[in-house]
Amino acid sequence: MAQVTFDEVTKRYDGTLAVDRFNLSVTDGELLVLLGPSGCGKTTALRMVAGLEELTEGSISIGDDVVNDVDPKDRDVAMVFQSYALYPHLNVAKNIEFPLRQRGIEKRERERLVNDTAQMLGLGDTLARKPGQLSGGQRQRVALARAIVRNPKVFLMDEPLSNLDAALRVQTRADIVALQQRLGTTTLYVTHDQVEAMTMGHRIAVMSHGELQQVAAPQDLYVRPANTFVAGFLGSPGMNLMPGRLEAGEGPGPFVRVAGGVVPLPAPVAGSDPDVVLGVRPEGLRIARDGPVAATVTIVELLGAEAHVICSLEDGTRLVIRQDNAQPRPGQKETISVSVDPGSIHIFSASDGTRRDVPG
Amino acid sequence: MTTLAHRPSSASPRRVRRLKEIGLGYLLVLPALAIFAVFTFYPFVHNFKLAFYQTPPVPGLPAHYVGLHQVTQVLSSSSFLESLSTTFIFVALIVPISLIAGLALAVVAHRKLRGMSVYRMIFSSTVVSSVAVAAVVFGTLMNPIVGLLPWLGINPTPPLLENTTWALPSVALMTIWQFLGLSFIIMSAGLQSVPEEVLEAARIDGATAWTRFWRVTVPMLSPTIFFGVVVGTIFAFQSFGQIDILIGAQNAAYRHVDVLIYNIVNTLTQDNNPGAAAVMSIALFLITLVLTLLQLRFLERRVQYAD
Repeated sequence: MAQVTFDEVTKRYDGTLAVDRFNLSVTDGELLVLLGPSGCGKTTALRMVAGLEELTEGSISIGDDVVNDVDPKDRDVAMVFQSYALYPHLNVAKNIEFPLRQRGIEKRERERLVNDTAQMLGLGDTLARKPGQLSGGQRQRVALARAIVRNPKVFLMDEPLSNLDAALRVQTRADIVALQQRLGTTTLYVTHDQVEAMTMGHRIAVMSHGELQQVAAPQDLYVRPANTFVAGFLGSPGMNLMPGRLEAGEGPGPFVRVAGGVVPLPAPVAGSDPDVVLGVRPEGLRIARDGPVAATVTIVELLGAEAHVICSLEDGTRLVIRQDNAQPRPGQKETISVSVDPGSIHIFSASDGTRRDVPG
Repeated sequence: MTTLAHRPSSASPRRVRRLKEIGLGYLLVLPALAIFAVFTFYPFVHNFKLAFYQTPPVPGLPAHYVGLHQVTQVLSSSSFLESLSTTFIFVALIVPISLIAGLALAVVAHRKLRGMSVYRMIFSSTVVSSVAVAAVVFGTLMNPIVGLLPWLGINPTPPLLENTTWALPSVALMTIWQFLGLSFIIMSAGLQSVPEEVLEAARIDGATAWTRFWRVTVPMLSPTIFFGVVVGTIFAFQSFGQIDILIGAQNAAYRHVDVLIYNIVNTLTQDNNPGAAAVMSIALFLITLVLTLLQLRFLERRVQYAD
């Protein structure tokens, strides 16, 4: 068991910046999810912990040791690959046994560990089979078994669920969480799937363009996104973001003038720059007869339990309103007025996208 | 265009069109078929006929039917058996060395280093060099007076290519060189098919470079290696040009490089015995056939990993 620390880690490939001055600390026993769109550098960050990529600058430590120059085999980490990367010529038992064999563990102990791990993951009857004869879910579990069998300091998981079908993914997600809880091993988990991140992570680190955007517990990330990227990336659909301008008002807070209306703010906003981005989650918007913002309905998406009303402001900004089934559905091209729940208003800087509604 | 009125039964126009298509197909393969018929199928069948007819040693007399007599006679003759054993030694020299060397070069060239593509081209270039040119170059290298090998001190008496001990290994060396290009290409293709992630997994699992090579790469290359063995064996079995150019029938060491195919040609051209040559050709054909079937069988059975 150990904590993993990234200290000013930078990775450059022939001029392209894959990871940019990345600082992060994964605490002992934590399951931390690295989340971001493809190409954001999350897999590169993970591979640097494994030792499969060299750092251009900075340092990575596991426990108290800086591992920059430590060979992958000496880092005591285990990795689960998206493709599982099983040894196709070896049967399941030999696949799970492989890391133990490399560490010179004696035969009887190896057999015991392989059997225990296989039992734990329900692979008992597949031990004699080759990976080619297994289903996707079974292969995935063999990859997990091979990782946990030697009780490493850190688990590294690179999109381990993306090759599974939807139903199996939901189940395996819960299985991995339970397994990690039971073993208490520090885990770094890479995914582009926010549902996976929200349901599995103790904390989530959101990355974009090689930079760390925010690290927080899933709910905090959703409730207080640090910038417009996190706000728009998390949530399905993501937060509505409307460019606007602060104006002084008579109430407790100022107003934000957006295309199609003026929205009063419940509290003052830090900073003096009047240009802002107003952020509201789809569930914070309602169609109301006397709402302050006018919009035109583009389309209504019916999802069964709820509906998404997609509309646009007069400057073309897209808004999504989440409705439950009790609310009346508007017609297409209908002009509606939208009210904003004061409790779900976020203010971001228009220049750099950072959160601004924290006074001070 | 067809209309309903012109259709006595609904299937017939379609059948006519199908027949036309089939006819066109046969027409298109006809030239190739004709060439095959003249140069492959006919000689192949005729060869079986020759095997059952004996040509008298005196020229001018007609060949006469002898049934299986000639087949058993040739197959049990010391000339054939010695020739077969020479062939196996020749193959045993060439195949392992050229495959191991090809794999070694492929491993070196597999690294992502600048300028490696130049080496790849050089390594695979022996495939496109002609046997005759290569034989002349090697003959010069091994020449006792102007050769490179004698200059390096490798100059036994009698000279390499006339030496009963060294003639066969010398020809094998040239053949290894020539097969090396193909061996390199086969092994490189095999290495490409070993997923990078599996090797990375092995690295993290604690395997050293040595273990990764022997425990992961080589087992995953086994179909490739087997393919190389079969192709190399067939290649070695069919070596003729280099022996004819480097050694020749006038050479003192001739009997020591008398591989099967060389024996067949000499039996026909020197001994003027088409019947015996035909029997040995059939033997060579059967050996090659068995090898090919083995390979097909093995490749079919190989386990597919990817979905």
